[in-house]
Amino acid sequence: METKKTGKVASFFRKLTGNHEISLALILILMFVVVDILSGGTFHTFGNITDIFRNNALTLLMSLGMLLVLLTGGIDISITGVLAFSGMTIGLMMKNNMFAGVPLPLRIVLFFLIATIIGTVCGFINGIIIAKGKVSPIICTLGAMYVWRGMAFIISNNSWASALDVQGFSDFGKEGSVGPYIILIVAFAAFFVLMKWSGFGRKVYAIGSNKEAARISGINVDRVQIAVYTIMGALSGLAGALSVSIYASGQPNMQTGKEMDVIAACVIGGVSMSGGRGTVLGTLLGGIFYAIVYKALPLVGLESIWQNLIKGVIILAVVVINVVTQRTMKRRTLARREI
Amino acid sequence: MDEDLILELKGITKIFPGVRALNGVQFRLRRGEVHALMGENGAGKSTFIKVITGVFPPEEGHIFLDGEEVRFKSTRDSLERGIAAVYQHPTTYPDLSVTENIFMGHQIKKGPVMNWKAMHAKAAELLGRLNANFDPKVEMGTLSVAQQQMVEIAKALSTNARIIILDEPTAALTANESKELYRIVKQLRDEGVSIIFISHRMEDMYELADRVTVFRDAQYIGTYDVDGITTADLVKAMVGREIKDMYPKPDVEIGEEVLRIENLSRVGFFKDVNLDVRKGEIVGLTGLVGAGRTEVVEAVCGITKPSAGKVYLNGEELHIKKPVDAMKAGIVLLPEDRQKEGLILSWGLGRNVTLPIQDELSKAGFNDEKRERLLSRDHLEAVDTKAVTIFDPASSLSGGNQQKVVVAKSLAQSGTKVIIMDEPTKGVDVGAKAEIYAIMGELAQKGYAIIMISSEMPEILGMSDRIFVMCGGRVTGCLSRAEADQEKILHLAMKETAKGGENAEEEVAG
Repeated sequence: METKKTGKVASFFRKLTGNHEISLALILILMFVVVDILSGGTFHTFGNITDIFRNNALTLLMSLGMLLVLLTGGIDISITGVLAFSGMTIGLMMKNNMFAGVPLPLRIVLFFLIATIIGTVCGFINGIIIAKGKVSPIICTLGAMYVWRGMAFIISNNSWASALDVQGFSDFGKEGSVGPYIILIVAFAAFFVLMKWSGFGRKVYAIGSNKEAARISGINVDRVQIAVYTIMGALSGLAGALSVSIYASGQPNMQTGKEMDVIAACVIGGVSMSGGRGTVLGTLLGGIFYAIVYKALPLVGLESIWQNLIKGVIILAVVVINVVTQRTMKRRTLARREI
Repeated sequence: MDEDLILELKGITKIFPGVRALNGVQFRLRRGEVHALMGENGAGKSTFIKVITGVFPPEEGHIFLDGEEVRFKSTRDSLERGIAAVYQHPTTYPDLSVTENIFMGHQIKKGPVMNWKAMHAKAAELLGRLNANFDPKVEMGTLSVAQQQMVEIAKALSTNARIIILDEPTAALTANESKELYRIVKQLRDEGVSIIFISHRMEDMYELADRVTVFRDAQYIGTYDVDGITTADLVKAMVGREIKDMYPKPDVEIGEEVLRIENLSRVGFFKDVNLDVRKGEIVGLTGLVGAGRTEVVEAVCGITKPSAGKVYLNGEELHIKKPVDAMKAGIVLLPEDRQKEGLILSWGLGRNVTLPIQDELSKAGFNDEKRERLLSRDHLEAVDTKAVTIFDPASSLSGGNQQKVVVAKSLAQSGTKVIIMDEPTKGVDVGAKAEIYAIMGELAQKGYAIIMISSEMPEILGMSDRIFVMCGGRVTGCLSRAEADQEKILHLAMKETAKGGENAEEEVAG
């Protein structure tokens, strides 16, 4: 009787640890409760939770594109450069009162559209260079990162778009507006469907799992790669507009270094850097995990100087745990092989 | 025992999971002799070499070096005792200098720092001894294959090796380069080094070896004096067995021509290849490893681009630029490296089967999982009645069953007319082999045109209606099932090299 029970517990435990999303969700809940208790019940307020999403909207949004890029075995570190260039472009357009005649809701849509198109073009260029030029993704996007960030500085010409310049447009992302949340919900829902049920999604996984087999199975690897970087670019452009709207300003140095946060969120969410493994749900949980840690540190009395260290330790811990669980899963699969 | 033996192996057995790679084989190497080791692909030669060098410790058997029993746990042990191996493909560091390659692992040091001056000097001396006139400071990658091989030999000499093993050293060399290699080998022999020589080329053996040992099917067949054995006897020793009955080749009415390749060439790989296959026919494509067989079918399937030539399907010319074009036309390739090119190992079987056709099955860009499941289950059952679940990852299957999944994948594509199988039974145990042959026969009965690339003589003879033989990037002959035998195929497969051998003899005579 006793052994049967422990066997059941063991298999339940195995199920939990075997699935990265479930174990991550459990850790998240645990962490949430602990932080809430330590902060004396101030953490679980509605305002605080929505704040977490709003403050991390850009990271969460771009982590979707990064998921696709990482799934193909690539990487894109030019995203914040693209974000700055597209955000700066629309910021300056507002500063110069372009489209001032267009009624406000339509004007917001228009600026979002312009920023997204700019991002799409930037991403498409990355995709062409990587897929057709066979340039390693990290090198291509390293160059692109400097190019687009540099372009943002050049067009800004040492000025920036102030809160006054972007007035009206910033209503969309200001505190209390549902705008950023709607974008996040729609984007995550769309990508969830795309990656789980669409033919394109499965091709992305196929390429990341075994590029040669995918190619010989008739999948146009180049085209999928270009699409993936183009989508990443579009999301970066969209994030550029969102950034101007949320922070009510456009500066050429905005979000510098945040591309690493995006990659880290994916990695914590269980996305493999070598491609082929990772889910939208995991990416979402990874992003939330990251956001909660960010928010929780001051609440539990840790000064901000500790933040980087804690972030680093968490990333390393998650990666090590991931490697260990992957290895056990592989061993289980091999054990099933008949000899 | 009046033989002066430097190395003796007795009763060596090596077992890999599911395969007996060596079965009680023996080998006796005399001091200062050149001893050839011959046998078909898969006879166990390479495994045997790895036993001698300590890569694989044998399950059973004894190794005696200078009459004293030894046990090598790693290549380091065998190197220390003076045994060095030079492999078929030079295993070098192309970005490092020749000197660095020669002294990799046993650098000359002055205290804690590298003594480059001494190493360059010693490297130059070793190369000079081999009559190789290039600078030891140049990068390895800039050298030709023949030069790289000399560096490998120099590396073996730098460890003061008394026994040097050469694994198919001439496979990648031109006739002149081979002659240079013969000279070096003879020189080493005269200096007292004992040499074990693996080669598929008869002329290598006649030119160099004093004695020859033959392996077949992991067994020791015999050791012969080269002067006392004819080519015919040797070939018989290598392949000799009645094999045709083991292969369930059905009698199929052969229909009209399906695929025709005309003067297909790819610069540096193959030239003027003509080949055709008809409905219901199994065409065998054979030759030694590196003859260009795989390269030809890869060009036909759009994986690489041919530089000249035409491909016709049902009499109409095809313009294939990428793999998907070939698939749409109905030509399917089952790659040799199943794990690398055929399957996504981490995926379930069902998804693997429907990967090439997911777009056809999908509705408005979304996968129709239900149809995919039904279809993949049908096709998997068609190749294997054993119950498998379509959700099991491909990595959980054995090699033979993985091959069956690849077959199912090709059948799932509607409109398939030509199935090209590249080494379909490589790494597959005997039982699964028979099943794959049976499936191949069924496919022919169903009217598919089949091209089978194989290095295994028995399956080529057993399964093919016609046999195309390639050598050095050219088709050297086509034999019908009735006229084909091992000797004829071997002769065609070594045609060019044999010609090279005749020339060499003439020159020696002159």
